[in-house]
Amino acid sequence: MDAEFGRRRALTALAVGALVLVVRPAAATPETLAVALRETFGDRPIAQGRIKLEIPRLAENGNIVPVTITVDSPMTEADYVESIHVFAERNPLPRVLQVELGPHNGRARIATRIRLAVSQQVRAVAIMNDETLWSTAADVEVTVGGCDP
Amino acid sequence: MSQFGKVWVRLSENPKRGEPVEVRAMVIHPMESGFRLDNVGRPIPRHIVDNFLCAYAGTPVFRAKLHPAMSANPYFVFYVVAEESGDLVLTWTDDRGEAASHSVRLEVT
Repeated sequence: MDAEFGRRRALTALAVGALVLVVRPAAATPETLAVALRETFGDRPIAQGRIKLEIPRLAENGNIVPVTITVDSPMTEADYVESIHVFAERNPLPRVLQVELGPHNGRARIATRIRLAVSQQVRAVAIMNDETLWSTAADVEVTVGGCDP
Repeated sequence: MSQFGKVWVRLSENPKRGEPVEVRAMVIHPMESGFRLDNVGRPIPRHIVDNFLCAYAGTPVFRAKLHPAMSANPYFVFYVVAEESGDLVLTWTDDRGEAASHSVRLEVT
């Protein structure tokens, strides 16, 4: 009898737990990032390298995390970066920023400031004019998360 | 209301023909993510700058699509090759259709 009650209570607790999980605003996961990457780049192969992501290893304030992205490219008419895409795998929305560049930029370097909700991996992907994709990632520890009050 | 429309733009000094000029640009905007709650628990609606464009002598040279994970008062550093003296026109547009624009003269020597 007691055992039965305990089992039922455990099941109820499980069900409530599951419900709470579903109702909570969805936080992104590495799987959400994989979906965003697939939506953005389709099945195109993404190689590692040619792109550098400078971001603090420890970010005290997740609301303002400085990021600098540099791509190894001469930025000539023949060889240039078309776009740079930034993702944060555990933010509520993994997409952060897309920028379009071209030979008129002369330097394949951008800097900005982003929000990170929690400690996570930040990923940057560059698309070159020869259609190749290059990627890198960096882990950031966030002391006080951004996005939330 | 916010002070959307206040902007801050700086160019690196002494631009030389054919060399990249560094552009630093910031606009005042709350970049309300849509994920925060007000003091009685209601969600605060999203209100973000979602597009930024820089045109040089009429030609687009830098375009950005921003998402809620961009910090308040979005700030960009990027480069533009100085060709001829001309105006850099920077335009920020938010998801309510409001826009802020700023023009800065690039004198090439």
